[in-house]
Amino acid sequence: MARGELRLVLRQVRFTNRAFWRNPASAFFTFAFPLMFLVIFTVLFGGGTVDLGPHGTISTSTVYVPLIAVFSVITACYTNIGMSVTFQRDSGVLKRIRGSPIPGRAYLAGRIAHAVSIAILLVAIVVAFGAAFYDAEVPTSTLPAFLATLAVGAATFCTLGLAVSALIPNAEAAPAVVNATILPLLFISQVFIPYDPAELPAWLDWLARLFPVRHFSDAMLASYFPFPGRSAFRPWDLLVMGMWAVGGLVLAVRYFRWEPRR
Amino acid sequence: MAAAIEVGGLRKSYGAVEAVRGVDFSVSEGEVYALLGPNGAGKTTTVEILEGHRRRDAGDVSVLGFDPARGERDFRERVGIVLQSAGLDPYLTAAETVDQYRAAYPAPRSADEVLELVGLSAERDTRVLRLSGGQQRRLDVAVALAGDPPLLFMDEPTTGFDPSARRNAWGLVRGLADLGKTILLTTHYMDEAQALSDRVGVIVRGEIVAEGPPATLAGRHLAETVVRFRAPEEAGLPPSLAEEAVRGGEGWVELITAEPTRVLHDLTGWAVARDLELEGLEVRRPSLEDVYLQITGGAAADEGEGADGEG
Repeated sequence: MARGELRLVLRQVRFTNRAFWRNPASAFFTFAFPLMFLVIFTVLFGGGTVDLGPHGTISTSTVYVPLIAVFSVITACYTNIGMSVTFQRDSGVLKRIRGSPIPGRAYLAGRIAHAVSIAILLVAIVVAFGAAFYDAEVPTSTLPAFLATLAVGAATFCTLGLAVSALIPNAEAAPAVVNATILPLLFISQVFIPYDPAELPAWLDWLARLFPVRHFSDAMLASYFPFPGRSAFRPWDLLVMGMWAVGGLVLAVRYFRWEPRR
Repeated sequence: MAAAIEVGGLRKSYGAVEAVRGVDFSVSEGEVYALLGPNGAGKTTTVEILEGHRRRDAGDVSVLGFDPARGERDFRERVGIVLQSAGLDPYLTAAETVDQYRAAYPAPRSADEVLELVGLSAERDTRVLRLSGGQQRRLDVAVALAGDPPLLFMDEPTTGFDPSARRNAWGLVRGLADLGKTILLTTHYMDEAQALSDRVGVIVRGEIVAEGPPATLAGRHLAETVVRFRAPEEAGLPPSLAEEAVRGGEGWVELITAEPTRVLHDLTGWAVARDLELEGLEVRRPSLEDVYLQITGGAAADEGEGADGEG
């Protein structure tokens, strides 16, 4: 990427950011949504403890902090990019970019960079909130593992967001397709309902392991609650996510469209 | 003058439908050229191929010496595109919108300069979502002008405008032409083509069927003139015209002639001598619209609005 292009990417980030904050309803709920889930889940299930197998038995409300951090990254990256890029394609913004000298990849890189910055901000809020109210210690001792998991997760769900936008036929279908592809995975991958994998029916455990959400939540739990004597790093989980990221990128490059399908 | 756009043998099909079937034309530098045609005739497809939005199946295309299908950045820096279907971010202001695009050009104009050119100076800090439809279209033009390109594509630039907004838009296009820009526009409106363009090409079913300056398109200036008036039946008709004249209902008389001067002289001399006022007297040459409807042979009527998928 040429130097001039990097300047264009940063410019796109700036304009995307301005537009983002000028739609207060959307900005508010982007931030409120994960926190709402955190509060609701901890109120509903927070009294007890959950047996996380190798990670030990942990207070449920504490467990929800890293899990909602995972959810935050997925919302800010996958859901946001999948929907917003589809809307921009239908409203002709992408077509206009395509006819201008702004390189398409610079424009998309700007949107991705903005989504990642929102994800980071959200995770920081969730982590601080968790430390303040739910005894979820900030993972300072395992910071490298935590940050690596965050980085790989954000990259994976951004490319998957681009890939799903390439497959969504029109803006009206975007919420349905995005939610239908992510919600079931959030339920079976510990994010909404933490579980001990050993207690799960084997087929469901394996099904969940096929998809990247489970690997993201496993890696995030390991970085928050390292099992004594084991690394907080989960290279295998990060590798599987990385494979999904590459797959998403290939799909996005192959099928991405700049004009609405009519 | 050198050609800004040269198109030869251009073809494009969508599946079994041949949208463009061998289009040839060229546009000189500094010329305003209007493509006219019914919905679905291939106007938008042709223009989108020249803009680089679509690939052609066959033919030679040169736009400012570039092949638009290659999508080079150098090419995109030299053309401004005003599309019917291109969106803008609703939460950015007019000035920010121009700024967002102008940064990518090597020698951009300032946002204030282009906003002034399109008459949006007062709206520079207004968000796109608060602009009226007409103002948004003007902002479209401002974005297209941000890089100060020598060539502009304008696809139906005034569709949906009220009459006064259209007049303003025409003034804007004329101003751009005065700046020496080459402009290729498509339109449904004959008065617009007549008011703005140096030359017109009429495209029907994927082919250019007539081309020329609007005043002389398809021999319009040589066509016969219609003289119409009302006169009571008992008054009769001037003897020299009795053979050519056709009487209709309610006293209307119509004459089609290649010599309107002689006909009017005989007619008015005859009427004045009898102290007769010729009600509703009119002398009409075929308008660009008459010529267009004759050339397109009612294609507009059969293809209707529904065929606008690719334009």
